[in-house]
Amino acid sequence: MKMFVCIKQVPDPNTTVSKLDPNTKRLVRNGVSLVLDPGDESTISAAIKLRDKVGNSELVAVSMGPASAQEAMRRALAMGADRAILISDPALAGSDAGTTARVLAALLKKEGADVIFCSTESTDGYTGMVPGGIAEVMGIPQLTFAREINIEGQKAVIKRVIPKGYQTIESSLPAVITIASGSFEAIYPTMKGIMGAKRKPYSQVSLADLGLEASQVGEAGAREQVLSIGTAEARAAGQIIKDDGNAAQQIAEFLQRYQLL
Amino acid sequence: MANTIWVLVELEGGAPVRSSLEVLGKAARLGRAEAIVLGSGAAEVAPTLGEYGAEKVYVHADAAYDQYLTLPAVETVSKLFAEHQPTLLLLPTTYDLRDIAARLSMRNGMGLITDATDLTIGDDGLKVTVPWGGETVVTATLTQQRPGIVLTRPKAFSVEQYAGRTAEIENINTTISAESQTIRVIETVEVKSEGPALEDAAVVVSGGRGLGKAENFHYVEELAEILGGAPGATRAIVDAGWLPYSYQIGQTGKTVKPTLYIAAGISGAIQHLAGMKGSKYIIAINKDEHAPIFANADLGVIGDAVSILPQLSTEIKRRKA
Ligand SMILES: Cc1cc2nc3c(=O)[nH]c(=O)nc-3n(C[C@H](O)[C@H](O)[C@H](O)COP(=O)(O)OP(=O)(O)OC[C@H]3O[C@@H](n4cnc5c(N)ncnc54)[C@H](O)[C@@H]3O)c2cc1C
Ligand SMILES: Nc1ncnc2c1ncn2[C@@H]1O[C@H](COP(=O)(O)O)[C@@H](O)[C@H]1O
Repeated sequence: MKMFVCIKQVPDPNTTVSKLDPNTKRLVRNGVSLVLDPGDESTISAAIKLRDKVGNSELVAVSMGPASAQEAMRRALAMGADRAILISDPALAGSDAGTTARVLAALLKKEGADVIFCSTESTDGYTGMVPGGIAEVMGIPQLTFAREINIEGQKAVIKRVIPKGYQTIESSLPAVITIASGSFEAIYPTMKGIMGAKRKPYSQVSLADLGLEASQVGEAGAREQVLSIGTAEARAAGQIIKDDGNAAQQIAEFLQRYQLL
Repeated sequence: MANTIWVLVELEGGAPVRSSLEVLGKAARLGRAEAIVLGSGAAEVAPTLGEYGAEKVYVHADAAYDQYLTLPAVETVSKLFAEHQPTLLLLPTTYDLRDIAARLSMRNGMGLITDATDLTIGDDGLKVTVPWGGETVVTATLTQQRPGIVLTRPKAFSVEQYAGRTAEIENINTTISAESQTIRVIETVEVKSEGPALEDAAVVVSGGRGLGKAENFHYVEELAEILGGAPGATRAIVDAGWLPYSYQIGQTGKTVKPTLYIAAGISGAIQHLAGMKGSKYIIAINKDEHAPIFANADLGVIGDAVSILPQLSTEIKRRKA
């Protein structure tokens, strides 16, 4: 089976506060440490486990992003993906979720994907619109918020997280499957994995390779426009106390003062 | 006011869900609100939607919407778009509606803005407020004249009453194609959690990794119970297996907006804040005076949550007695 995992490099959520450039209105990437999206680590782990369970399958990591995203791709390879493809083109800068989905779908169609994994949402974009968009362009089902995945013949059966519990749902393949982050134990790259990643096939494709026009993508193809960027209203500074043995009383007083008891 | 705002209303146990009604009320304030209700219970629910702001309701009571996810609704709403040109489709961010929105926007070439906390439609067009990463707020619009989609943050609006309003009902006569009946629901399992539902609780007491070990979470549960609230958690301790996913609050968990939120042993990561920042009063207990949660707290207590929580439970019991 040909399995694909869509991944993305994002500003490290543990060290950076994401910022928008007021002029370009895009994410500031300069001077920011970039990492493989932590949510994608979980997704790649789920994909590797499924590839090994199904057997006789290949797992390919794909991403649309700047050439620097290569590092995130290397990490996916070190974790255990078999090959990686980066779609990179200057015209793609400023693409919205719809365009991202169309571009990824063009590659996935060309590659003949049977199973496509995505994270439920990315840590920086966090629209959650790309996976369903890919599925729509490819005309295939999307199974979302998976916390357990089984492939039975030409069918995918997943347990889907819902607010009240879970649902068991199934569909034919090919299908897009999104992973509920935290549901799959992360696989960490081993030294051997990191060394081996250097010998795994890595390729970069351009828009022209996918038969897409620059005028349909990037800022030119975006249907959404940022009008202005402002500062979020900060919460009025609160009161800070140090527990000297009386904290419980002080909290209780606060609750009474605001009629919260 | 020539603006027509559509809302796709979700049903649960034969009743409209609260998030749909919240958005319907907002739609009615923006212009003419029209609802779409699909699924087994649709016919019974439709006439009640006027009171929440709908002037018109499109109804299709076909069980296929319950038995198959996403695609039947996408097919029907796309057909409606072909016949009518509303200004906007306004949806709360829920698991199902998010999946539907992604496909609808692609199928119909619609612009789409997610994670909105507010929107206006004026002479100069649509303006959507989207918070970005804690410190920034973006105002965005859609570049096309055609209908677009706006997904709003849970609890961004409150339910509005339009007493006496009766909605015109239009029955949709359409057969759902076989291609749309492909994501089949085999079973739905409810995992019961005790106490008031987290999303509706007026008080939420949450714990994080600072509690040290799973056994200490009962201090959180105890305080929640005394305050008549619900216990919640960070992803860190859900991932660690201390609690089921249903407790998780944040970007990838639940959004809560209680009157009182008590965060114990929680650092205040942006992804956690996304799910609780809208709380009216926030009290944080953390050992580290530099913990980011303090910047969002009305009362910040620098101290050990494991000792303060049980003391607080005792103190409140004493004061209530
Ligand atoms: C894509 C993505 C989505 C995410 N979604 C969510 C989400 O939905 N919800 C969520 O919560 N997180 C989410 N996270 C994770 C988030 O980034 C944080 O890692 C997580 O919220 C941290 O949980 P925590 O505060 O319990 O743990 P930590 O960050 O480890 O903080 C523990 C805190 O406890 C304090 N402490 C230690 N001992 C004590 C003590 N005895 N008494 C008092 N305080 C003490 C420490 O000072 C520290 O501040 C997400 C992350 C990503 C990348
Ligand atoms: N540029 C991209 N390249 C590869 N995959 C992506 C890209 N953008 C989004 N995705 C996938 O879609 C998921 C949801 O992203 P988003 O819709 O941006 O929240 C991500 O977690 C990835 O799995």
